[in-house]
Amino acid sequence: MALFNPLLLGIAKTHLLARKKQSAIAALGVTFGIGVFIIMVSFMTGLNGLLDGLILNRTPHVRIYNEVKQSERQPIEDLAAYKDKAHIIHSIKPKNSQLKLRNGLAIRAELRKDKRVKGITPQVSTRIFYQAGAVQLNGNLAGMDVLEEARLFNFQQYIVGGKPEDLASNENAIVLGAGVAKNLSLQVGDYVQIVSINGSRERLKIVGLFQSGLADIDKVFSYCNIGTAQRLSGEGGDYFTDLHLKLHDIEAAAGMAEELRNSWGVNAIDIKTANAQFETGTSIRNMITYAVSFALLIVAGFGIYNILNMLIYEKMPDIAILKATGFSSGDVQRIFLYQAMMIGFVGAAIGLAFGFLASYGISQAPFETEALPTIKTFPVNFDPKFYIIGIIFALITTFLAGFMPSRKAGKIDPVDILRGQ
Amino acid sequence: MKPVLEARNIRKKFFDPVEVEILRGLDLSVMPGEFVSIMGKSGCGKSTLLYVLSTMDTQYEGELYLAGQALQGEKPNELARIRNQHIGFVFQFHYLLPEFSVLKNVMLPALKLGLKSAEEIEHDAMEKLRLLDVQEQALKRATQISGGQKQRVAIARALINNPDIIMGDEPTGNLDSKNAQRVFDIFREITSEQKQSLLIVTHDQDFAAKTDRIIEMADGTIVSS
Repeated sequence: MALFNPLLLGIAKTHLLARKKQSAIAALGVTFGIGVFIIMVSFMTGLNGLLDGLILNRTPHVRIYNEVKQSERQPIEDLAAYKDKAHIIHSIKPKNSQLKLRNGLAIRAELRKDKRVKGITPQVSTRIFYQAGAVQLNGNLAGMDVLEEARLFNFQQYIVGGKPEDLASNENAIVLGAGVAKNLSLQVGDYVQIVSINGSRERLKIVGLFQSGLADIDKVFSYCNIGTAQRLSGEGGDYFTDLHLKLHDIEAAAGMAEELRNSWGVNAIDIKTANAQFETGTSIRNMITYAVSFALLIVAGFGIYNILNMLIYEKMPDIAILKATGFSSGDVQRIFLYQAMMIGFVGAAIGLAFGFLASYGISQAPFETEALPTIKTFPVNFDPKFYIIGIIFALITTFLAGFMPSRKAGKIDPVDILRGQ
Repeated sequence: MKPVLEARNIRKKFFDPVEVEILRGLDLSVMPGEFVSIMGKSGCGKSTLLYVLSTMDTQYEGELYLAGQALQGEKPNELARIRNQHIGFVFQFHYLLPEFSVLKNVMLPALKLGLKSAEEIEHDAMEKLRLLDVQEQALKRATQISGGQKQRVAIARALINNPDIIMGDEPTGNLDSKNAQRVFDIFREITSEQKQSLLIVTHDQDFAAKTDRIIEMADGTIVSS
């Protein structure tokens, strides 16, 4: 009782080929369902990937930082006289502390040894003003290890008109936010005057423009080398405000952040907590894709069910003689189930090819937007996983569609037919 | 010599629309190489008996033996296998599969049996077609040949696995006298040369008269045999 009995397969094939038009129409239903599924899922996930990438690719998996806040332990708690009493304190002010990340160097050294960590980059984040003539604009300057940042967080993808190397090799250079540049009418190659909050000034050369696709960020943020930022803040080489971690496994981020909070007493936030809304959007879009494709396949399934039912009705005498000459109920059932599966398989295979070609076409269509400087065509995800899901999807649907009719065929009593005529 | 087919005290009832006992305790046996016909009026139960003996109808009481093997209570799959190997069928209508060639129609039961290679089976099938003088039609579709030829192809199909017994339900009922005579001659040849048995239900007096033995049925019992 092999699963694929060549004799029964041969009979099934002959049945299908004897009704080419009908079989083709049944297969076309599956082709359409699978084709649309592939197009939708490739395009949707491509777009999802792009949108998520906008934020997630350049977001550290864990960010360690220092936050200005009130002391968790107020002095009154240490007074023996007020122990076991309820403390009501009004107007608590934040504690005056440095923005510097405490134990930054030690944390960094420790994490470099951690096997889960793919990379770690320090950042010096400081508030600044961009000055052009009489105009001063609020801004934020982040000093960083440019090459590491490019390696870990795809910094280079957001630079227009320059390369990360240009910045890395120049201590007096800046990658200016595209929005800032527009507002100040500056271009690559120009100089921009930066004023720090403690009043020191620097004249920095613009070696590239930073365009993240999020206008609010581009209007505020600029990037420079970590040394430049330390100089502007008037601090030494051990000063940094943030540590950005990239892990090998993004799923480990939450646990890692928890661990860091507990062992170092620092603020640490993981990517999932910081960007929960992206995950939700992605899963809902995926759900819609699968729901629509599934609906299409169910329609195709009903088509197969119908055609098979008709075929079996028409084939009653053949079924009777097959049974009389020694084919069992299971054999007859499989003959018709194979037909459904063949329709499903051929339909799905053509559907996959059709879906691939169509999504390839989409991926070649021009798609240019200011917000996404490095994207020139529509994003399409050609993950082979979808093609495997597609064909499994189709085979399951056609199996279910074929199951009931073929069981009916298997149960036909040959005596009724042979005597009846 | 042991009988090929033996039935003891076969009883069968129909329940729809009212309970009727259609077979009332029949005993019957067919010897190897014997050519037996069953006759009787319409509704006497002769076809019902044939289908019980054919193993296709399992709703009966009594004992049934084919080549010494007890068949009552066997599982459907096992019965299908037994039919495949030991019983050949010829019906009033040919029941050839229209999508397949004549040759393939004859080959199918042997392919199902799976004891020989496809080449051997094809060779055997051609032999059977030659025996029935329809070898020229081998590659035609089953729908493209005449009625008499179809019935002969159906007989070739019944013979392909060299069954112990061939059962027929009015095999000449749909043929003109010339073709009917031809079918009879073939049957006669099978019994005398191959020592295969034949059990044929028929209305045709002339046909029955030429067989070895006539079993007369009336009201669910055998009146004479």
